[in-house]
Amino acid sequence: MAILVTPQTKLLVQGITGSFGARHAQLSLDYGTRVVAGVTPGKGGQFFEHNGHRVPVFDTVSDAVKQTGATASAVFVPPPFAADAILEGVDSGLDLVVAITEGIPVRDMITVKRGMAGSKTRLIGPNCPGIVTPGEGKDSHGGCRIGIAPGYIHKKGHIGVVSRSGTLTYEAVYQLTVRGVGQSTCVGIGGDPVNGTSHLDVIQMFMADPDTHGIIMIGEIGGSGEEEAAEWIRLNGTKPVAGFIAGSTAPPGRRMGHAGAIVSGGKGTAAGKIDAFCAAGIGIAATPSDMADTLLKML
Amino acid sequence: MNIHEFQAKQLLKQYGVAVPAGDPCKTVEEAKAASEKLFGAGHKLAVIKSQIHAGGRGKGTFKHGFQGGVKLAKSVAEAVTVAENMLGKTLVTKQTGPEGRLVQTILVAAAEDIQKEFYIAVLLDRANSRPLIMASTEGGVDIEEVADKTPEKIVKEWVDPAVGLQPFQTRKIASALGLKGDLFNQACKLIAGVYRTWWECDASMVEINPLCICLGPDGKQKLIAVDAKIGLDDNALYRHADIQAMRDLAEESPLEVEASKFSLNYIKLDGSIACLVNGAGLAMSTMDIIQHFGGSPANFLDVGGGASKDQVAAAFRIILSDSSVKGILVNIFGGIMDCNVIATGIVEAVRETGLKLPLVVRLEGNNVAAGKKTLAESGLTLITGDSMADAANKVVQAVGR
Repeated sequence: MAILVTPQTKLLVQGITGSFGARHAQLSLDYGTRVVAGVTPGKGGQFFEHNGHRVPVFDTVSDAVKQTGATASAVFVPPPFAADAILEGVDSGLDLVVAITEGIPVRDMITVKRGMAGSKTRLIGPNCPGIVTPGEGKDSHGGCRIGIAPGYIHKKGHIGVVSRSGTLTYEAVYQLTVRGVGQSTCVGIGGDPVNGTSHLDVIQMFMADPDTHGIIMIGEIGGSGEEEAAEWIRLNGTKPVAGFIAGSTAPPGRRMGHAGAIVSGGKGTAAGKIDAFCAAGIGIAATPSDMADTLLKML
Repeated sequence: MNIHEFQAKQLLKQYGVAVPAGDPCKTVEEAKAASEKLFGAGHKLAVIKSQIHAGGRGKGTFKHGFQGGVKLAKSVAEAVTVAENMLGKTLVTKQTGPEGRLVQTILVAAAEDIQKEFYIAVLLDRANSRPLIMASTEGGVDIEEVADKTPEKIVKEWVDPAVGLQPFQTRKIASALGLKGDLFNQACKLIAGVYRTWWECDASMVEINPLCICLGPDGKQKLIAVDAKIGLDDNALYRHADIQAMRDLAEESPLEVEASKFSLNYIKLDGSIACLVNGAGLAMSTMDIIQHFGGSPANFLDVGGGASKDQVAAAFRIILSDSSVKGILVNIFGGIMDCNVIATGIVEAVRETGLKLPLVVRLEGNNVAAGKKTLAESGLTLITGDSMADAANKVVQAVGR
């Protein structure tokens, strides 16, 4: 198994004809992911062609779902239109919407999150690298890649990775892969203050997934998501977890690149999160170079 | 984005929140006219407030020795003297650092007859993704201290974004603040106005501290926002041209302003090892790992996921214009981006800037072999690192602890 997506997952791409969406739709097709539809309002009826693939483009997500059976979506729509695109995916009954878009206003995400309440759809992101469930082939080809992560650095295996940061996720995945250790699923939950899925949500899925044997959890300053996940692990954890928190040296009150990476009012510090990790028995990687080794020592 | 107090009050006023009468002034002449207006209208006392994006103004000191960034004046003549000592002068507070901030605008306002102080703020509660209104009877003091020592004195009301703030919620808050009669009704209207300011302006925070019961010249009590602070969501500025126009570049670090022109995310720090990294999380942890090995980071710099040669060149220029930089660490995990493009950009930037400082480069990812070859064949004396730890260690060694 894996969590959230499998190599069989049928993916649609919202914003497939934009340069960013198109580039990553191509990379997902090259990776062997089943990209079955694209959505760009006003371009319905066209085809997105790449290396012999011919992906139909629809005006609405609803049409795309009805005609292709897609169950997951990657959102590459620009920030002013992204909230609407996410809610369109929810309305169409998708299981999973992965919002890659960076720069969505917080107020829009507050509304989206409220609008999704009670729906069956899970939102990952926004402002995230997406999800990869590695495949069996060379350089993990044949897996499900939703988003912008480099597919080739992965390897199929049994470690779950969850992170707020894209490049730190790649760093962890790469460290595992060069040590010959594969991943079950890698999830980037995004760097915004309001997001669809928390560290805790993903940790619970990994703990319940028989295919995942250990977890790397990467956090950063801001909010209290890492502390909540750590507290749950302290009480309910059944698998080894290694963790790293970025931002020990970040000055308080400054946003460090990610909209959500800010220490405000003395809350959300790296030190507080590291303490919570220690209390939960999570192995602390002293530097980001030690993420994989810290976990491997615990297995 | 942060704005000045007088701008925050302008926004609040648009939403029906009472603020003291007054005007922002950029010259002594304007300050004279503004104070004449106040005293002419029957006010007995004026307050002159330095407008900078930093707290602790009242207890601050100007570099030329003048005490206090917020002063009272009993006459036009006194107001003019204060204005002369503030405008064009540098104010140092506990939040500005020793270099202080140049005061270019002062707010000349009516000094209200304050009977009681409260606190009210609206912010995002990240734990449940809802707007949160916080209010307290303990106004005019550090609210974090109140939250620590007497959390029961803070009332919290969450707003369901699907239905918006309901009138009964404003009544709950006003009642919790112990307000009665006309003040109760004033508070309900004011709380609704503060919330609307937060929501409609796409603010990240609206804070009124203190919110005061003031005794007017007519003998009536009035609730007035005596001080106000507003932070805005940068991601939403595109839909608020009026608020964008409030940006004060003089309040931002010149290097950060320059970096933003190239879509580079740069924050200046006070260490000696500069870093250039792709991705916010990796950039933060590059700073951390420099410190881990005994060095101190000079900046946060995220060149983004698809950095171009031009951006890399601009990043080098910005890093090198910080005179405290003694060494540079480039840390790139090129997942999708081509490491050779980055390597070529580095080589060009080093040649263009005539770099003399130690440069350590750690490249990993897509097309990394070609990137490493480009660096090796460039003839430049740069040091390569195999991992983040190796690279950070090398740059700290090169700079000397």
